[in-house]
Amino acid sequence: MAETVISIQNLDKTYDNGFTALDKVNLEINKGEIFALLGPNGAGKTTLIGSICGIVSPTGGHISVFGHDTIKEYKQTRARIGLVPQELTVDSFETVWNTVTFSRGLFGKKDNPAHIEDVLKRLSLFDKKDTQVRKLSGGMKRRVLIAKALAHEPDILFLDEPTAGVDVELRKSMWAQVRKLQETGVTIILTTHYLEEAEEMADRIGFISKGNLFMTEEKTSLMKKLGKKELVLELYNPLDCTPSSLDGFNLKLANDGYQIIYTYDPAMQDNGVVSLLDQLRGLGIKCKDFNTRQSSLEEIFIELVGQE
Amino acid sequence: MNIRGIAAIYKYEMHRAFRTIGQTIASPVLSTMLYFIVFGSAIGSRITDIDGVSYGAFIVPGLIMLTVLSQSVSNASFGIYFPRYSGTIYEILSAPLSFIEVIIGYVGGAASKSLIVATIVLITSSFFIDLNIAHPFWMLFFLIMTSVTFSMFGFIIGIIADGFEKLQIIPLLVITPLTFLGGSFYSINMLPEFWQKVSLLNPVVYLISGFRWSFYESADVAIHTSIIMILVFLSACIGIVAWIFKTGYRLRD
Repeated sequence: MAETVISIQNLDKTYDNGFTALDKVNLEINKGEIFALLGPNGAGKTTLIGSICGIVSPTGGHISVFGHDTIKEYKQTRARIGLVPQELTVDSFETVWNTVTFSRGLFGKKDNPAHIEDVLKRLSLFDKKDTQVRKLSGGMKRRVLIAKALAHEPDILFLDEPTAGVDVELRKSMWAQVRKLQETGVTIILTTHYLEEAEEMADRIGFISKGNLFMTEEKTSLMKKLGKKELVLELYNPLDCTPSSLDGFNLKLANDGYQIIYTYDPAMQDNGVVSLLDQLRGLGIKCKDFNTRQSSLEEIFIELVGQE
Repeated sequence: MNIRGIAAIYKYEMHRAFRTIGQTIASPVLSTMLYFIVFGSAIGSRITDIDGVSYGAFIVPGLIMLTVLSQSVSNASFGIYFPRYSGTIYEILSAPLSFIEVIIGYVGGAASKSLIVATIVLITSSFFIDLNIAHPFWMLFFLIMTSVTFSMFGFIIGIIADGFEKLQIIPLLVITPLTFLGGSFYSINMLPEFWQKVSLLNPVVYLISGFRWSFYESADVAIHTSIIMILVFLSACIGIVAWIFKTGYRLRD
């Protein structure tokens, strides 16, 4: 059983204007995992992160980090958390080196130029250390924010939309860096509305919509559980309707009857594909081609949000 | 106590001052020299001594206070407003720092800058007049207390302000009239009786009076009153700032 590093119980947040951003959220984060918080814009992802980090005051519920309460013992909890915000909020006029060193000091850690150097090198920023932050490109600014968050050697790292507005190449390199961090034992929580990102990165995924964290699952079991597979059969001659003897199968006609689509669960012992093909041959329905495809996280997500 | 966190904020604020060294030092030095030329030499030569002090010397404490008040307010208000404006405040809020530690960092930085500028103004004025300071301890006391109190006041403005206009208009509309009418350039006793009474409602009168007393042992109000009043202002500012952090007003959603 993995050690729990963050435990959230019945967390509520209603803003002064009456907007409920979080509604009775319960969540446990395990040590060393990459957890992706997935949801559309305005779902409450940033509010949830802000509540853990001390930027948002929750209206109800309880959060503990390494067993410490985030309100009563905020010094212990915040010292172990690094936060990379969504917006590129950088200190434009400072140099890269100074702004990262400042972050380390702010978190009460003794000066350690060797660590700062290491962080900057890992993020390919070391040759820019004496450059003013405002002179850097957007992608570099994002990495400066990551360097700042890592300056005090946190055990937990929050990445709020780390790859928003980042090009594909940089996104891939950022993913690789996040994985390296995980290897050093850092627990990572990222928010994203890119499903591809969650699918690529996360060990576990939490779905949030309208402040309601309605599902958390291991990614692999999620894909297994909800990832339906489809078998598409291309026919020589079109069908008007599916033969009644095949009612036991979940079939659909498509492409003016030239396609039969069979949706099945790949996790089942007997998925029925072979017996379907046998029966079609028995009925004299000829296929000229077939293919199978698995639903992506995106389809799963849309289905889940649709149910909500 | 997160001493390193306080030091980081303090160092950052001081570094900001040195990055803009021209504005930090040149403008107060220049305005002091102008005041001396206009009030000290041109007009001052036609004004008789006040309480046995030449007019040029008489205005020095007031000039220093004028500088300290405006510098403290503008430094501290900008110091906290800018991170709010740019969004970098997230880091201060997510750091393991108590509100007292944040205040010590920001207000300490702003007050230190004011003290440096005050020293520069004092040195500049020594080129124009013979300075003698009767009570150096009390001079420092008033200087430090005023810097801290008004840096705290500036900090509050920086929290309340929701735009750069407000950041500048409060010092302009509040601090400038209070200092000019607070006896920087004249003794309250020179006013008609009614306006003397009105002046006593102006907190700056007590600061300038006490500060001038530490130079020349002449004051508009009793020195004890000045000391009590500055402590009252300081406590009021601390109270407001404590409330801001406790409720997260304009800082935390």
